[in-house]
Amino acid sequence: MGTTSTAGVEIEQMTDAGESQDGGGAAGLPRLLEGVPAQGAMSLQAHLDIHGEPPPARRRDRRGAAALIDQIEQAGLGGRGGAGFPLARKMRGVAEGKGKPIVLVNATEGEPASLKDRTLLETLPHLVLDGATLAARALGAEEAILCVCESASTAQERAAAAIAEREQLQGHWARVALATAPEGYVVGQESALVNHLNGGEAKPTFTPPAPYQRGVRRRPTLVSNAETLAHVALIARHGARWFRQLGLSEQPGSTLITLSGPLAYPGVYEVEFGASLASLIEAAGGIKARVRGALFGGYAGSWIEASALSGLALSNPHLAPYGSTLGAGVVALLSEQACPVAEVTRVTRWLQRQSTGQCGPCVHGLAALADTLEQAMHGGVHAREATARVEHLSALVARRGACGHPDGTTRFAISGIEVFAAEFADHAKHGTCDACARAPELPLPARARVARSGADGRTRRRGILEPRDPEGVSKWPNACA
Amino acid sequence: MNSLIAAAGPSAYWYLTRSTGAVSLILLTLALVLGVIDVGRFSSVAWPRFVVDSLHRNASLLALAFLGVHIITAVLDSFAPISIVNAVIPFTGSYRPFWLGLGALSFDMIVAVIVTSLMRRSMGHSTWRAIHWLVYASWPIALLHGFGTGSDVKSAWLLAISVLCLIAVVAAVLVRVAAGWPRQIGIRGAALGGTAAFTLGLLLWLPSGPLGKEWARRSGTPSSLLGHKVKSTSEASR
Amino acid sequence: MAERVRVNPITCEAHGMCAELLPERITLDEWGYPIVDERPLSGETVAHAQRAAQACPTFALLVERERAR
Repeated sequence: MGTTSTAGVEIEQMTDAGESQDGGGAAGLPRLLEGVPAQGAMSLQAHLDIHGEPPPARRRDRRGAAALIDQIEQAGLGGRGGAGFPLARKMRGVAEGKGKPIVLVNATEGEPASLKDRTLLETLPHLVLDGATLAARALGAEEAILCVCESASTAQERAAAAIAEREQLQGHWARVALATAPEGYVVGQESALVNHLNGGEAKPTFTPPAPYQRGVRRRPTLVSNAETLAHVALIARHGARWFRQLGLSEQPGSTLITLSGPLAYPGVYEVEFGASLASLIEAAGGIKARVRGALFGGYAGSWIEASALSGLALSNPHLAPYGSTLGAGVVALLSEQACPVAEVTRVTRWLQRQSTGQCGPCVHGLAALADTLEQAMHGGVHAREATARVEHLSALVARRGACGHPDGTTRFAISGIEVFAAEFADHAKHGTCDACARAPELPLPARARVARSGADGRTRRRGILEPRDPEGVSKWPNACA
Repeated sequence: MNSLIAAAGPSAYWYLTRSTGAVSLILLTLALVLGVIDVGRFSSVAWPRFVVDSLHRNASLLALAFLGVHIITAVLDSFAPISIVNAVIPFTGSYRPFWLGLGALSFDMIVAVIVTSLMRRSMGHSTWRAIHWLVYASWPIALLHGFGTGSDVKSAWLLAISVLCLIAVVAAVLVRVAAGWPRQIGIRGAALGGTAAFTLGLLLWLPSGPLGKEWARRSGTPSSLLGHKVKSTSEASR
Repeated sequence: MAERVRVNPITCEAHGMCAELLPERITLDEWGYPIVDERPLSGETVAHAQRAAQACPTFALLVERERAR
């Protein structure tokens, strides 16, 4: 089941209203999630049956290989890791670098509220692997590294199995190696990941040189999100015009959204850019409780209050007037029973602890930020003073770290204070409310450090959304069934 | 008259080497104390950070200059058989080999610290810092060298200088550890323990060592020079 | 061809000498870390900036020319 882009909302679209979802080469949805199996990973054969063969490599056809970059440029594919940087521009930067390039598939997915990359690896690994090897070919690279979080054991197993399947094939697949990275919010940052693979710590490094210039083993490295490369796999087969048949002209194509909150079927969905939030919620079986507000873009993103949600469309141009973006495709609904102050404060404190501790402004600024929020939550402070302090801290840490972590955290906190201003003022005056003690709704990894497979003999799954009810687990992440 | 002068042992070089040795100790103490103030990020209107830092660097370079004179004059002086090799490679030579060797050892460490600091850009920060911490070894070794080798060790002025410098360095180490540097608590403990052990050991050793009887002979002065020393003393007392 | 001053926030350890030697472009925040004004440097201040860069104990302060963003 895909998500239609109608539901009575006026949005500029490329498709006609009421487009049916045929899949395959047709213009509708699903695209990535077509034929997604309910259990296990899609086999290589099934993948080729559904999507067809990728364009073959002709031995001395460098122009043909590089033509993929032109296609990606015409398709207007932006990165799906959160920043939305145009992939073609990134690839050209890598191609101009010194030395043989290398492709690094970033499937670490350190954002707790996002499940899409793990979903892709667990159910549709060949899409990601196709995209990686096609990108490698286009860049003249012979090697691709698929990097997964070390606690994502299922994703690792299925990716390894898929890589093994492909080794049976002859010819034009570049070598794909599987690597792991530690758990951590900032680990997926480009330079941090590259540093880790070069034997250093999984912490961001000072740029320049950026990974596209000098990355893994000092070679120009294309660091790309797993979903982005999955789209590349389909663009290579069906072309740029096909890709642009969905979505907006400013933000074309389809994208995966991790939708969480009081819903019948929270999980990973594929939508076209510009689809209405209402239609996505409908596809997820509707809400089970009233919604107080929604978080867009993940924990470096920002909030929108409930009253603004009804007419909202899912694209960056549509979210921009509210100061939000889709980020890595995260939409987290907060129910009315939750205490937004407690949620925002708790996540901010977690984000503060996720700092790699390398840069003074981040270490001190985020600590002061989390302290201020906790004081406001427990009462006895002036709301206006607390808000002023948070705004001051936000301006103080902006662009003063080696990465965007402090900026994202302050953005998240400030938007929470603004959107839930009444609740914050209430807490500042009266202290914690009854809802503060409720089980948290916004997901956080169960433990900051990965559990070593120890006494219990099994590596336990970390870094997944904590479901509100155990049954919920089996229903996602393979949504879109 | 001439025979008196001819027989009087110590030459100008000997005086120079002893005095520059004392000055070097003072300058090394100053450099160390300034280094502790520097890393403690102390600053005031009259003493901005860059002044403390510059003074620290300049004091250590000046100390190196005085050390250079100290070594060259010791080599040039004909009284004691010290070659340039003995001055740089520890524990070689025939004149008080152990105590002189300590001086050579301390000097080697100081050179390593200064050279790595001048070449700071070409190495990682932790490497540079690990070598820089050699000062905490080279200083006490220099002090021991002064007590062991110096022929003025019983004189009040040199004893006073040495004790004052020791107090300054011990105070600097205590201030640094109390302020929480370095962050690893094991190293702080080791610093305190080492300082206490060294100070205590020194105070226990001095009376029976350099301040005791016949230290020149016990410290390894060649016997040929021992007689000469006795003679010159009795000459002077006439 | 303007020079600008930039801080490597990872190697910076808040020694604070840069703010003393280049107050035209650097002030310290409440934790002692430098806030850098990234406007281009004029003739005289370039020399001050270079001196400040040399004084930095961790070489965190950089004087850069035509940084490509």
